[in-house]
Amino acid sequence: MSDDYQPQSAVAKWIDKRLPIVTLFSGHLMQFPTPKNLNYWWTFGGILTFCLITQIITGLVLAMHYIADANLAFASVEHIMRDVNYGWLLRYIHATGASMFFIAVYLHMARSLFYGSYKEPRELIWIIGVFIFLLMVATAFMGYVLPWGQMSFWGATVITNLFSAVPFFGEAITNWLWGDYSVSGALLTRFFTLHYLMPFLIFGLVILHIWALHVPGNNNPEGIDVVKGQDTVPFHPHYVVKDVLALVVFMIIFAGFVFFSPNILGHSDNYIQANPLQTPEHIVPEWYFLPFYAILRAIPDKLGGVIAMVSAIAILAFIPWLDSSKVRSCKYRPLYRQFYWILIIDFIVLGYLGAQPATGIYLILGRLATLYYFLHFILVMPLIGYIEKPKPLPKSISEPVLSKEEQLAKSGQMA
Amino acid sequence: MDTKKDIDAADAKVTRRDFLYLTTGSFTAVGAGALAWPFISQMNPDASVKALASTEVDLSPIMPGQSITILWRGKPVFVRRRTEEEIAEAQAVEQIDLPDPETDETRVQKPEWLVMVGVCTHLGCIPLGNKGEYNGWFCPCHGSHYDTSGRIRKGPAPKNLEIPNYVFLNDNTIKIG
Ligand code: HEM
Ligand code: FES
Repeated sequence: MSDDYQPQSAVAKWIDKRLPIVTLFSGHLMQFPTPKNLNYWWTFGGILTFCLITQIITGLVLAMHYIADANLAFASVEHIMRDVNYGWLLRYIHATGASMFFIAVYLHMARSLFYGSYKEPRELIWIIGVFIFLLMVATAFMGYVLPWGQMSFWGATVITNLFSAVPFFGEAITNWLWGDYSVSGALLTRFFTLHYLMPFLIFGLVILHIWALHVPGNNNPEGIDVVKGQDTVPFHPHYVVKDVLALVVFMIIFAGFVFFSPNILGHSDNYIQANPLQTPEHIVPEWYFLPFYAILRAIPDKLGGVIAMVSAIAILAFIPWLDSSKVRSCKYRPLYRQFYWILIIDFIVLGYLGAQPATGIYLILGRLATLYYFLHFILVMPLIGYIEKPKPLPKSISEPVLSKEEQLAKSGQMA
Repeated sequence: MDTKKDIDAADAKVTRRDFLYLTTGSFTAVGAGALAWPFISQMNPDASVKALASTEVDLSPIMPGQSITILWRGKPVFVRRRTEEEIAEAQAVEQIDLPDPETDETRVQKPEWLVMVGVCTHLGCIPLGNKGEYNGWFCPCHGSHYDTSGRIRKGPAPKNLEIPNYVFLNDNTIKIG
């Protein structure tokens, strides 16, 4: 292409010949041919990258003041809040940032599900995404343990005890994880180490995710293959500007939480220091784990509950092969689209139930919602592909947006 | 013809090269395993943690119907001086009714004193005393009910509350661990 990066100065040429890094970035972040019909649901990739970088930068500076010791951790977080210059701001950005990160990732995943972005040839992009999500879950869980408040401590207790469900080796595994016979300072230091490490692993996976994306290129709302050149525009400036606009809106909401209600997404019990002799009345995980927590509690058996919860995430990796329909976008899948929305509602209901006590009607609803969650993937997805009669797909991504006359004019031109 | 036969025969035999491959491979595997072990084992409870592993408890201040909670290996241990009714209730239970059948006799050394680890066998919360449908303990986390012998009766917990190793040093003192 004529607008490929061409080093101009002698220095640039010298470098580019030895390490064509500018060419690489220019090719992937500027000229990259992108379908011209992407909507705002496609801006969450950029937003997620922003979230990751925000967490890494705020995390780094928090780590300069935080002390990972069972006797000092809680006080060091209060020290960050009260004494460190702008410590309150940095901590609130980091804590709120975790929530914003999950809002973005859930929307990003819902987008991919709706438009069939997990289908051939993009299966690996989706699977890498599932791994990123898993690492995010682990990172956020371990981060929440660091302030060593009551929720930190008891959340860590309940979750690490999930491993005690493993037959025969359960106790050995939990003692190994704890480095003790219960949750203690030993666990805190190792969680801090891993919490520091994992975001960088996520960063590595994000690079693989984008690399895999740039082989077939973006999917698009019509879910049909695009013709390079005719249907695409360079990523810069078209999508850079669109992404930045969405990011600014996202940052306004983010800032709203940070400055006006930084604690609304957290739990007040975490401002009480960890006490190994007293369990809080209600243990609730952070909101972004609630749907999975509801699935854990829906099963009346310890090992069964753990298996169900793990499967709820693991099953996502198999979606590319569970969906039997060749049509990607739900825009052209009248029947599946309805089940898609049932799944979304089901997930939200699970989230609501995860915050309620697991008794009576809540428990029954929790079981039904869990049942649907799994049936959706195991039964609905494979079957509908055979039953459904998809709507006719457009011939090109321009077809749905052009009016009749324009199309006629265009075909006239072509003839 | 002759040379081909020779080669076939050589192929069938175990050669020096095969031997070298196998030995190199096995030594590498054993070496990698040996090297990995310290990295895995460092995470297990260390010597200082193990050193703290026993505690003595004075029973004299505890009245019938009262219980105390002490910290042993970072975990709460309930020491309860049971009332006559509680003991009778615990002993009367039919074994077939229990998810994890155990008689009350096997869970105590002296029927008056119930000593057990106060950690719910579901996911590790601390059950609350004098609560629940069986007058024993109730775990608020996911709703497990334990009876006056600390046996699981209802809820997601799979096992009875654990009995730690302990000995009566004299009538008024026990040593746990
Ligand atoms: C994927 C990215 C990350 C996520 C989702 C995340 C999440 C969290 C969460 C939920 C907390 C608890 C906040 C609270 O309630 O106080 C936390 C705390 C913390 N994180 Fe992160 N984090 C990430 C990256 C990092 C990085 C890269 C570092 C260090 C380089 C870091 C260092 C810390 C420290 C020192 C704390 C304790 C201080 C505090 O509680 O505010 N984090 N993190
Ligand atoms: S931890 Fe006690 S019921 Fe779950």
